[in-house]
Amino acid sequence: MAAREPTVNTLLALLLMAVPLVALAIGEPFYITLATRIAILALAAVGLNIALGLGGLVSFGHAAFFGLGGYVAAILATHAFNGEPLFLGIPGTTSMPVIWFVAIAICALIALPIGAISLRTAGVYFIMITLAFAQMIYYFAISWPAYGGEDGLSLYVRNSLPLVNTAKPLPFFLVCYALLMLALALFWLIRGSRFGAALQAARQNATRLSAVGIAPFNINLAAFVMSAMMTGLAGALFADLNRFASPSMLSWHMSGELIVLIILGGKGRLFGPVAGAMLYVFFEYALGGITERWQFFLGLILLGVVLFARGGLLGLLAGKVQHG
Amino acid sequence: MSTALLIEQLLNGLQLGVMLFLMAAGLTLIFGVMGLINLAHGSLYMIGAFACAIVASATGSFWIGLIASLVAAAAAGAIMEVLVIRRLYERDHLDQVLATFALILIFSEGSRWLFGSFALYLDIPPLLQGAVPLPGGGQYQLYRLAVIGVGISVAVGLHVLISRTRLGMRIRAGESDREMIAALGIDIQTLYTVVFALGAALAGLAGALVGALQSVQVGMGEPVLILAFVVIVIGGIGSIKGALVGAILVGTIDTMGRFLLPKTLALILPASQAGMIGAALASMLIYIVMALILAFRPRGLFAA
Repeated sequence: MAAREPTVNTLLALLLMAVPLVALAIGEPFYITLATRIAILALAAVGLNIALGLGGLVSFGHAAFFGLGGYVAAILATHAFNGEPLFLGIPGTTSMPVIWFVAIAICALIALPIGAISLRTAGVYFIMITLAFAQMIYYFAISWPAYGGEDGLSLYVRNSLPLVNTAKPLPFFLVCYALLMLALALFWLIRGSRFGAALQAARQNATRLSAVGIAPFNINLAAFVMSAMMTGLAGALFADLNRFASPSMLSWHMSGELIVLIILGGKGRLFGPVAGAMLYVFFEYALGGITERWQFFLGLILLGVVLFARGGLLGLLAGKVQHG
Repeated sequence: MSTALLIEQLLNGLQLGVMLFLMAAGLTLIFGVMGLINLAHGSLYMIGAFACAIVASATGSFWIGLIASLVAAAAAGAIMEVLVIRRLYERDHLDQVLATFALILIFSEGSRWLFGSFALYLDIPPLLQGAVPLPGGGQYQLYRLAVIGVGISVAVGLHVLISRTRLGMRIRAGESDREMIAALGIDIQTLYTVVFALGAALAGLAGALVGALQSVQVGMGEPVLILAFVVIVIGGIGSIKGALVGAILVGTIDTMGRFLLPKTLALILPASQAGMIGAALASMLIYIVMALILAFRPRGLFAA
């Protein structure tokens, strides 16, 4: 039952930490990159899990925030590199904390109107509208030539952090891992807080929540914005990992993948996104090594999980979720 | 800017609109009757285009290809419904999104496996090659006019089917109360399969018709699918009339925006900037319109 969940969570956290250490020991630094990819995708999905898992808001447009975060990192770094100010004389920067802050702030600013409009609707409408907003930003990015258009935008070097050599794989992994753990702690705090209780109540019975004097709209909007901020931070890290912000980060496939991560791992579970990201990157790598048509098999696996194995990996490992 | 050019662009917008209607009608019908959101509808569009291109190149006849596209898409739809979709009606929308997202991966990679990554080409049939003169002195491709004609006839046909026939009566009954019509002894499972296959056939038809204008390739259904979503959200999910109005609206606004916005901006901005900003704005235009419509009517123009 639920008592097993903390153990499973600890094991997953340790397992993710162990991958790069083992990789270093056996001299295969490539696996560190895979582990970093897992940590970043998991971070993005933890963000989405606030809206989707706790609030039941099926956002099919979170790629918008993932991509925005990525573009913030790449655009600021490009301006810092060529010395041209952004606008109003604001210079670019290669400092990660500044980039993270800007990425989070911009995602919050953009998520606010998107959320406010989308949350006027519910159900299927909400799914399609968030998708449409993400597409709007996607099309804007590919038709706006100043920052690479369809080609995307490269970073010349990985952005920097005081006291840490981010150009090396292991320190960069540790940064991403630390941020992931921070995000998980935040998710845990939110879930246990009064706000979290209201958010889950909004999912379960919005009418009843209004009856006790809490407006579901405000709760949902706050959750949507927080969720976007976390996913945006992950996007900034992802651009730094690949040293490239590509329009595909904004594409609807990305939005789908983020949802897939949560479902593979277990919806609404603290470590669901981590388990999902591990499984996903493992599939991508293992199946991708066997056949270049790995997405075909991913589709079959996903279909099997949705139809027959509800609850995802954590449901399998740690039993059914307790109602909360 | 001449009148002929303007008329040509308006017709292009109409042509895009009726194609979107073929997609959106199926989506909205499936949602209205079964309450299912089907992301894999774009795959059925792709299947229609591939079937038409392959059969047309094997037999040399576009018309046989067109029939093949209808049959192939309807068959694929029926198989999909029986194997997968049927298990999803009682699930929440999240499961439906995921399962049909998985179907997209399977269909896209599967057809890449079968047909390769290269685009296939489909020729416009000889009967419809050539152009017709427009008032004001331009020329317009006959094929595109024919596509508009097909779209309008399908819209009329669908209206007659739903409002005048026994099948249509059952579809409407299924929309308003599915338990009740099952209790009245109608085989609801078969009805669902038929509706799904009908929607699939319309998507396949759209794919085949557009295939002759563009190239036929994997992934061709996805941009159309998302536009069709915008259409049914604007029109009101479940409403065929809404799908028609939304489709024409989206087709016209998108085409005219791409045509007029850069020109309008050129009046106030330098030419190079006007082109760039105009193109970027035009690509976002329908989403902005959608957001505006939803801000005032959250359930679309013709909410069911």
